[in-house]
Amino acid sequence: MKQRKISKTNVVNFSTYLGMVIFFLVMTALSKAGVLNRSMTGLLVPICCYMSMAVSLNLTVGILGELSLGHAGFMSVGAFAGVIASQSLLDVVPSAGLRLTIAMIVGALFATVAGFIVGAPVLRLQGDYLAIVTLAFGEIIKELVTCLIVGHDENGLHILFNLTGNKTVEDLGLSDTGIAIIKGAQGTASVKTIASFTAGFILVMVTLFIVLNLKHSRAGRAIMALRDNRIATSSIGINTTKYKLMAFVTSAALAGAAGALYGLNYSSLQAAKFNFNTSILVLVFVVLGGLGNIWGSLVAAAALTILPEALREFADYRMLVYAIVLILVMLATHNPTLQSFFARLKPGKKEEKEAA
Amino acid sequence: MKKKLLAFVMAATMVFSLAACGSSSSNDSSSSSDSSDSDSAQSGDEVQTFKLGSIGPLTGDNAIYGQAVVYGAQLAVDEINASDSKIKFEFKGEDDEADGEKSTNAYNKLMDWGMQVLVGPTTTGASMAVADVCNSERTFMITPSASAVDVTAGKDNVFQVCFTDPNQGISSADYIAENMPDAKIAVLYRNDDAYSQGIHDTFVKEATEKGMSVVYEGTFTNDTATDFSVQLSGAQSNGADLVFMPIYYQPASIVLAQAKAMGYAPTFFGVDGMDGILTMEGFDPSLAEGLMLLTPFSATVPETQSFVEAYTAANDGVTPNQFAADAYDGVYIVKEALEKAGCTADMSSADICEALVAQMTQISYSGLTGKDMTWNAEGQVSKAPTAYVIKGGEYVLPEA
Repeated sequence: MKQRKISKTNVVNFSTYLGMVIFFLVMTALSKAGVLNRSMTGLLVPICCYMSMAVSLNLTVGILGELSLGHAGFMSVGAFAGVIASQSLLDVVPSAGLRLTIAMIVGALFATVAGFIVGAPVLRLQGDYLAIVTLAFGEIIKELVTCLIVGHDENGLHILFNLTGNKTVEDLGLSDTGIAIIKGAQGTASVKTIASFTAGFILVMVTLFIVLNLKHSRAGRAIMALRDNRIATSSIGINTTKYKLMAFVTSAALAGAAGALYGLNYSSLQAAKFNFNTSILVLVFVVLGGLGNIWGSLVAAAALTILPEALREFADYRMLVYAIVLILVMLATHNPTLQSFFARLKPGKKEEKEAA
Repeated sequence: MKKKLLAFVMAATMVFSLAACGSSSSNDSSSSSDSSDSDSAQSGDEVQTFKLGSIGPLTGDNAIYGQAVVYGAQLAVDEINASDSKIKFEFKGEDDEADGEKSTNAYNKLMDWGMQVLVGPTTTGASMAVADVCNSERTFMITPSASAVDVTAGKDNVFQVCFTDPNQGISSADYIAENMPDAKIAVLYRNDDAYSQGIHDTFVKEATEKGMSVVYEGTFTNDTATDFSVQLSGAQSNGADLVFMPIYYQPASIVLAQAKAMGYAPTFFGVDGMDGILTMEGFDPSLAEGLMLLTPFSATVPETQSFVEAYTAANDGVTPNQFAADAYDGVYIVKEALEKAGCTADMSSADICEALVAQMTQISYSGLTGKDMTWNAEGQVSKAPTAYVIKGGEYVLPEA
């Protein structure tokens, strides 16, 4: 029985990777063949970003069992750190691919630090504190980036905190060749967009690799044990804070990398983009895909990113239809009649369900 | 089991959405081949039908601007199509929720449809994202209302119908310096908004250079735009008798109501984002009595009446604001440039772009939002703003 369970896990993991590879190959082939229309092509990079966001949030919400309402905050940290890194290195690192990699790593590092700062005190507590603190964190990051003025010239980075609200880019004292990278509320402007679908695919694969391996490792089992029963877990000598922090910080780092890719896909980006709604959107991906279900997050992120665009035919009723579809999907997944109907379709699986 | 079902539903959703994409693309290709057939049939002096697109927030917080832009452009298109003009338009407006990501998606959707010229997007952040794509793909773009300098900076094929933010800030400061030189100014602005911050920065700089006294600066963000008592008390206690508000009219309506409630009655001064306050649902127009604003368009002056009537009739009695007028002008500007450049409907968007870019710095256009508008190579418009004061629920020229 045990043997069978492990092999089933491997099958699911393997199909997740395989599904992603097939998605990548099919989309690349279609795009090369010119069959794919532009709106779909334009969605590929955001889809990869949101997939990575959803999988990383699933690590916190589904696997660790803590509610995080500020995942967009980590994305924001990663996005702006990544954009600063990429724009500063424009001359030093001419290769776009290498610069994107550096930007994503820098984004991940900054998000790691942010995740550690948020997680270290809060994860020692019990209850819903993490939800409240991450909610506040998302808002704080938004305000901080709004106050941030950053420029780069041959003397290095110039950073100003516009706390009084009366400083502008001119106060940075940039030389003539310098470029302004972040202009407070106006966000980033004229960023050289270097994000590509290939980079997005690699990001999602790395995210999957990290999350799936963590989930099925010794540490991952400790994390899941924590989720199921904290007292029992600490009674057998597992350091609860350490494992909670491990999952949370990993999740933050991956969100940072996704943010860097997202930030470098658009020439202009405002801090207000990463608001509470974006955090909730990612949470919807996770909940719809199933808590702890990694491939579910992938599919939900892709479907819910494409859906509003596919519904453009409905013009004014687009967001209404989007909401209705969302509700129907939620209802359908919890409908016992439908569930038993599909159960009957697959008789081989029936006994397994009864056993479980 | 739940997972299996979920998988099925999600897969079905995915297939449905992909199928939707596929079907729309096939529609597009068939329609574009139709149009190219008809184009080749009608060369020379025949009627040329161009595909014109617009983007704006048709849903969400800023929907009033996007709707104004799309309806304004639609009105111009309808007028042109009903006239005996050699140039006709096919028009389509897409929703972007004032978000850069959605706006880029909307742009891609319009390009799938076969758009040749873009009159949009509406909001600044979205326009910056789309302008970059337009520049790299060589699609001609003229935004009715995105006013930041960064929208057009360094992009030769992106133009503005409205003023730039610095231009508005400088004009406001100059106007106040000239007409109310002794005013003690308080500035109230939204510091997480590119538009508001942009005007604020140049206004304060210009006002300081002119020797005006800025006694108080109050900020708010999107999330704190429901209560302004702190900022208003700050302005009041610092003795400000003029409050400059480079903000949109929704928060401004709250500011006006709260100022009245606390018995603080300075002169309020707004810029083009303030336009629309009188037609806001549930707003008591008496609150806006004496409010000054610097805007290139007024729905109450005689020159614009035919447009106002046509717009009101087409949109269930909604009075057009400056955004609608900018978009209306935008369509006519594109038409004039297309005529001057001698473009034909079978040209690609990139060819049309190059032809229009060459024309834009040459033409001069007089429309609803200004006389003799001209454009520099940076894409910025040159026209004179007018200050209005609200009296008895209407815009009137201030008494000199």
